[in-house]
Amino acid sequence: MSKAAELAALIGSGQAQGNKNLIINGAMTIDERHDGSSFTVVNGNSRTGYIADRFRVNETSGAEFTGQTVADAPVGFEYSSKLTVTTADASLGSTEFHRVIQPIEGKNISNLGWGTSNAKTLTLTFYVKSSVTGQYYISVFNNAADRTLLKGYTIDSANTWEKKTITIIGDQSGTWLTTNAVGIHLMWSLGTGSSYQSSTLDAYQAGFYMAKSDQVNLAATNSSTWQLTCVQLEVGEVATAFEHEDVTTTLSKCQRYFYSHTNGDTKTICNANAYASNMVFGTIHFPTSMRTSSYALHYTSGTNYFRFYRAGANTDFDDWSGINERTEAGITIYKSSLSGFTAGHAGWLLSINASAHVYFDAEL
Amino acid sequence: MDIKSAQYFNNLEGVKSGIKVTMDGEGMLVPLDSDNRQYVEIMRLVDAGTLTIADAD
Repeated sequence: MSKAAELAALIGSGQAQGNKNLIINGAMTIDERHDGSSFTVVNGNSRTGYIADRFRVNETSGAEFTGQTVADAPVGFEYSSKLTVTTADASLGSTEFHRVIQPIEGKNISNLGWGTSNAKTLTLTFYVKSSVTGQYYISVFNNAADRTLLKGYTIDSANTWEKKTITIIGDQSGTWLTTNAVGIHLMWSLGTGSSYQSSTLDAYQAGFYMAKSDQVNLAATNSSTWQLTCVQLEVGEVATAFEHEDVTTTLSKCQRYFYSHTNGDTKTICNANAYASNMVFGTIHFPTSMRTSSYALHYTSGTNYFRFYRAGANTDFDDWSGINERTEAGITIYKSSLSGFTAGHAGWLLSINASAHVYFDAEL
Repeated sequence: MDIKSAQYFNNLEGVKSGIKVTMDGEGMLVPLDSDNRQYVEIMRLVDAGTLTIADAD
């Protein structure tokens, strides 16, 4: 195909237009939870269960990992997300696994036609680097985890950035949601127990699988590492150049799912009022409407982490008591069981400890 | 989730509206909403008999 014909095909498919990447934060530039600090992975935790915004890590075996966004990436990029094995588990139980996953919201795949005869093909590209060479797999599965596509890739050279390109055919069967729930799960296996292994590759199958039996177990050896960046998932059968986004756009996309409002010492939370002599409340407005109003308020807690500052006095406290009205755009929070306020008097809430953190989780 | 304690909380009008969860150095205020995955997990633990939610103060 000539370059002109190739360009015409790209324009026709929509690939030459902006906003083509179905993956959010593919260059690992946003790390609201850790801001580049190392952390121990805790499965299911809203903070320590993510290696970068939108990239969740699940670890269900006896192994332990640390995660960190690091300044190590292929030429033209700045960051990657890195997992390091700190406790090995060479023998995975049948239902144990380690994986990195990005759930893609259904509203963002409504143009793909998956589950119909018009299902569009996607192309996945990413850079990967690991201390452990060998056979690895990615998995694409739906919300109900009853339709799965497995695709393999190899890491050929240890500790070397390698670019992988994988064609993902669209599924003409099954249910692929186009709501604000998960439409598509895109997953990188780092070790999978036998219950989730399948030898069927390159074709959709019923059920939930994460790898074939020859998948590397990254956790077999202590200090093993695995890094990922430059992830792009786009419509069509041609891998195009990575779409670099301005940071405001990427941050806004991430904050639909996770919003770090206050992190660190002497950071503002919101204006506040004394509701009664023992209770203060304030309303937080989000910079981006969240995916759903069904989010939870998360916070770190400790002695005098937070303060109600007002004319002539301030009152310190350890944690929060409750939430009131909440929408996708904001929430009212309160602290009770305090004393010394005059109802109606105004002030503001702030953090007064370096470990104080207030954040909201509407992740898929 | 390694939950240390769980207690219902009321909103400013005194109506039961969520669950306050305490973990190691972290807390969560979870709405009573089956679309919230933390709420679903909490209720799974309650159903399994491994977690009891205290009444609101």
